[in-house]
Amino acid sequence: MAYKIITSQCTVCGACEFECPNAAIRLKNDLYVIDPKKCTECEGHFDAPQCAEVCPVPNTCVPA
Amino acid sequence: MAQLINLGTLTPTAAQDMRVALTGDGGCSSSSCGSSDGPSDLPPEIWEKVKDHPCYSEEAHHYFARMHVAVAPACNIQCNYCNRKYDCANESRPGVVSEKLTPVQARRKVITVANEVPQLSVLGIAGPGDACYDWNKTRETFAQVSQDIPDIKLCLSTNGLALPDHVDEIARMNIDHVTITINMVDPEIGTKIYPWIFYRNKRWTGLDASRILHERQMLGLDMLTARGILTKINSVMIPGINDEHLIEVNKVVKARGAFLHNIMPLISDPAHGTHFGLTGQRGPRAHELKALQDQLSDGTKLMRHCRQCRADAVGLLGEDRGQEFTMDQLADEVSYDPSRRETYREVVAQERGEHMKQRRAADAVLAEIETEAPVLVAVATKGGGRINQHFGHAREFQVYEVSASGIQFIGHRKVENYCEGGWGEDATLNSTIEALEGIHMVLCAKVGDCPRESMGAAGIEISQAYAHDWIEAGITGWYSATFGMEIRQTA
Repeated sequence: MAYKIITSQCTVCGACEFECPNAAIRLKNDLYVIDPKKCTECEGHFDAPQCAEVCPVPNTCVPA
Repeated sequence: MAQLINLGTLTPTAAQDMRVALTGDGGCSSSSCGSSDGPSDLPPEIWEKVKDHPCYSEEAHHYFARMHVAVAPACNIQCNYCNRKYDCANESRPGVVSEKLTPVQARRKVITVANEVPQLSVLGIAGPGDACYDWNKTRETFAQVSQDIPDIKLCLSTNGLALPDHVDEIARMNIDHVTITINMVDPEIGTKIYPWIFYRNKRWTGLDASRILHERQMLGLDMLTARGILTKINSVMIPGINDEHLIEVNKVVKARGAFLHNIMPLISDPAHGTHFGLTGQRGPRAHELKALQDQLSDGTKLMRHCRQCRADAVGLLGEDRGQEFTMDQLADEVSYDPSRRETYREVVAQERGEHMKQRRAADAVLAEIETEAPVLVAVATKGGGRINQHFGHAREFQVYEVSASGIQFIGHRKVENYCEGGWGEDATLNSTIEALEGIHMVLCAKVGDCPRESMGAAGIEISQAYAHDWIEAGITGWYSATFGMEIRQTA
């Protein structure tokens, strides 16, 4: 149970990185990636996954 | 680039050379040099704050340059005029940037520019993204740069949603210019501009989104006003959506202490991929923008010299030297040398004292002229407040309205379509004629016979008779001569 980032659509704005309550998102070779081991889809934290809520590009932070 | 005041090769102490570069001739020879009175309509303490800020003072924009660093790319709202994916090096508009920087890279870039562009007075963070939402990067960049260059003015631009959370820190860090983009004070109208916002860990849409945004904008503005921070309001004029409503916006923000209101035309092109671009929402025409600005000008400070610059712009407002300072061109180690900026400031202090005097003299001459309908004069200038650019080199003209009641700067017209790539001289001239619609007279430093004749055939006169004069003196000279008064020297 985790989210992933469709890198071809990502603008690399970094909003997801600092909204993630699990510090599961980091910059790797100039692209943001979600660590599936850390991602909880924000369960227990928020009603909806924060990365998908804040992401400016539709369908870019999606269930893996 | 021919557009620039060429100060690039001068030695640090060459004040006389800088003066020549600024005036186009030997420059200031009058004994009155050195006075630098502010304009009569501003309290001295405010003038002190804005006099070197090209975006806050029309007068300052002839002399001083700004640079933006794109360090804060994350944003917390979506606007229908913004497409966050778009980037083009030839594109000049807010939010567009080629290179995102870390705060450490930004410091290197600012110091490099400060060493090479003595006109630099302002460092701004203005997208892409929101400087207040992506606050840690904004704060770190300002902290780093002001350690090296303590006198640089810090300024930021925000949509206002996260602003109230950071106003105290903004005040503490001496960020004394803040711009809030406010497009509506009625959330119903907001629903047509903002599809969603991200606030308190939740995406909001519809009326809720606009209501929250509006409340946060008003709160932020009140907090800035209470702390004496100069606030500029940017409003994007969107015909059919908020154009008439901006009169109400103007009233509200003025009542809440905004210092300046800047109405910007919507930039809407399908190629940009914005919602408005793709749905055929048009931007305002030049005369519509001016009509709205004229309606608001009564008793309000209105900004008319905005160039809607890129988020990584460098230089005087009418130019962009950003491409000269990309990261790959910067040295790894940089250290700040204040000498050129200091010398430039001394030169400008003298020049603008003279300039101010010329403006008053020009007004006095015009006041004696029998009433005539106001006419529009376009000026080719590369800065310094003078008519000092060749007609063919101008990428924009500054437009002044002149009548017996004085000379008023009303905006600029861009004259090159540099995205098209490859154009003949005739094609460019045709687009210039189009861009200068409604202009009676063009004043420039030099113009060839051929363009003069072509422009003349289109009903636009061009003259080089006032080459290197102060803009106001040249306009007054031409106006007096044309409307039946002998030319009086205003020097």
